[in-house]
Amino acid sequence: MNRPQPVNFVPPKTLAEYPVGPCCPSAHIVGINAGMRTFRPIIDHATCVHCLRCFLVCPEGAIDKSEADLEIDLNYCKGCGVCAHECKVGAITLVKETEA
Amino acid sequence: MGLNAQNITNEELFYGHKACGGCGAALSIRLVMKVLGKRTFAIVPPNCMSTVAFIYPSMTFGCSGAITPFAGTAAFEAGVEAGAKELGLTDYTVVGFAGDGGTADIGLQSLSGAIDRGDRIMYICYDNEAYMNTGVQTSGLTPYGAKTTTSPAGDRLPGNTKAKKNVFEIVAAHDIPYAATASLGYPEDLLNKVAKAKAVNGPSYIHIFAPCPTGWGCASELTVDLAKKAVDTGLWYLAEYENHEYTLNRNPKEFGDVKEYLKKQNRFAHLKDEDIAEICRIRDAKWAQMRTHWNA
Repeated sequence: MNRPQPVNFVPPKTLAEYPVGPCCPSAHIVGINAGMRTFRPIIDHATCVHCLRCFLVCPEGAIDKSEADLEIDLNYCKGCGVCAHECKVGAITLVKETEA
Repeated sequence: MGLNAQNITNEELFYGHKACGGCGAALSIRLVMKVLGKRTFAIVPPNCMSTVAFIYPSMTFGCSGAITPFAGTAAFEAGVEAGAKELGLTDYTVVGFAGDGGTADIGLQSLSGAIDRGDRIMYICYDNEAYMNTGVQTSGLTPYGAKTTTSPAGDRLPGNTKAKKNVFEIVAAHDIPYAATASLGYPEDLLNKVAKAKAVNGPSYIHIFAPCPTGWGCASELTVDLAKKAVDTGLWYLAEYENHEYTLNRNPKEFGDVKEYLKKQNRFAHLKDEDIAEICRIRDAKWAQMRTHWNA
């Protein structure tokens, strides 16, 4: 998996600890978004033809193409279903989160 | 060979944002940022994207970014560009991400000024056809027949009674070096237009058709599908303006089923057949003009 990871954030306690200027560095994410998800996408790697359409159209960028098999970052997937809908070979199925 | 899913970077520069599932605007920014890279200043006026990306202490852009006053996206960009030039920076892009309201209504004068001055800025308008962040109000880019909270549908009115403002042509009328329209349904086309705009030494403008499942009342998985259908039905068009000439990138011989496209969205659910005929009439008039005067 090659996706940005949430950083541990300690809230400032005194005025002196508050940042001056920009509030934080770039790509500084402190929490995960998985709580939004009702349906979890599951890739069938045997059916997948690696066309990368799902990687291209994921609004979150949660699909990682750096490995031989595509991986979904479930910390940030919101389960919108665009990947499953756009997959031409039907390699992605949506499974209800409570049954996954 | 242009940019596509195979050769575009795996690195994410817009990640961990809190947008709704299936957000078209977030996908637009993500794809644009993939082409522009880290050496970018992202300028965002108040819209959904500044709301979901800049939640303290999170910063979901992988580059520098700032929120501007609503009306001043392009003016702010011009200021950032002037500052970067003064600092002697090279190999960078200043890009603004405004919504349809922030472009067509509120930010139009500062955009016009920046294009007129020839500042080296890129301006992205993600067009989801209403003010979605404030709760779906009509903007200048809301299409005919769309139901919003300020254009409710009833016995006498079919929702919004005006066609979309021709912002692409308004921008092109400044003789801008490069302007283009794109759609999330054709993401490769979008990537290549952004790459083209990045190379321009002057102002550039890209208008991206970006569905909003929450505001449109459609299923979240249909974002990319609807963006493609909008182009295939002729309700949106892919075009470019450069060297003082318009070019249609896609000129379908036959249009797709408009009714099927409209009925997947709650904002058009009330439309009667005569309203749909009016939508087709507006579309046909637009295409007749484009096919006559633009390179196809």
